Amino acid sequence: MSVHVPIDVGVALDAPEARSRWLRFAAPSASYELAARLQPWCWGAALLFGLAGLVVGLGIAPTDFQQGDAYRIVFIHVPAAWMSMLIYVAMAFWAGLGLVLNTRASSMMASALAPTGALMTVLALWTGALWGKPTWGAWWVWDARLTSELLLLFLYFGFMALQAAIDDRRRADRAGAVLALVGVINVPIIYFSVRWWNTLHQGASVNLDRAPSMASVMLVGMLLMTASLWAWSIAVALHRLRAIILEREVDADWVQRLPEVQR
Amino acid sequence: MNWSSLGEFVEMGGYGLYVWGSFLMAAAALAWEWLMLAQRHARALDNAREQAWLRGRRP
Repeated sequence: MSVHVPIDVGVALDAPEARSRWLRFAAPSASYELAARLQPWCWGAALLFGLAGLVVGLGIAPTDFQQGDAYRIVFIHVPAAWMSMLIYVAMAFWAGLGLVLNTRASSMMASALAPTGALMTVLALWTGALWGKPTWGAWWVWDARLTSELLLLFLYFGFMALQAAIDDRRRADRAGAVLALVGVINVPIIYFSVRWWNTLHQGASVNLDRAPSMASVMLVGMLLMTASLWAWSIAVALHRLRAIILEREVDADWVQRLPEVQR
Repeated sequence: MNWSSLGEFVEMGGYGLYVWGSFLMAAAALAWEWLMLAQRHARALDNAREQAWLRGRRP
């Protein structure tokens, strides 16, 4: 899973000292500091992988014999679509954690992920439309893959609107968590839609159970772009997490003592 | 490298509008997200500084 950085997953949860270590980052002050430390690495990785991915995808990868150069949209379309689903799962995970453990920082992490997830969904739909027009002759069709991805966008919007509509922050967190967790059911529906239904959308580009249905240089380009968007999403979410923590904890003594606040 | 000239690269075998429409939109969207976020963070910091200042004035 992508954005689990503030938690050391390797520790045994039953040992008391491990448990306290695990929960240390549930305190917004610790999350704030960790997010600030991790962020530059993520920006750097996003930039490096992104440049490499663009060189491979737009420069080195050969023209497709069926789709011509229109297929190059795959290098942004598939990574954005993957991230749209992955971020949703991460968002639901953090929201659920905040609901169960009653940890504020987890809920804030979920709120920090939502706008980026929605943006990735918009990009997947936009680039999909621009790919659909030259290959299918239509910007949009109501097929299972496209419709379930559109539903994902509405789930993100619903999550954000619900949180914005409730004044009590902890109540907003809990209501959002329930919505996010119920919506998780849509993610496998999106992913398997091309197998379960007869859709216009082509099948999965990469499968774990058989060799990828594309040339390896194309696969490398796609994976580089995915790594880039992944790192970007983590960097942006951590940055947004810091803004949210500042907004919500502004009265806390530790915020008032921060060097960037003291100046 | 597939391209012998810049014009060919921009044209993308006749699919330039679709390919560049995808990539430039993605770049613009990410730039916009970063900008909005930087603004939000700056606002939150300003607000925290104001609070700290008000606290400092309290006897």
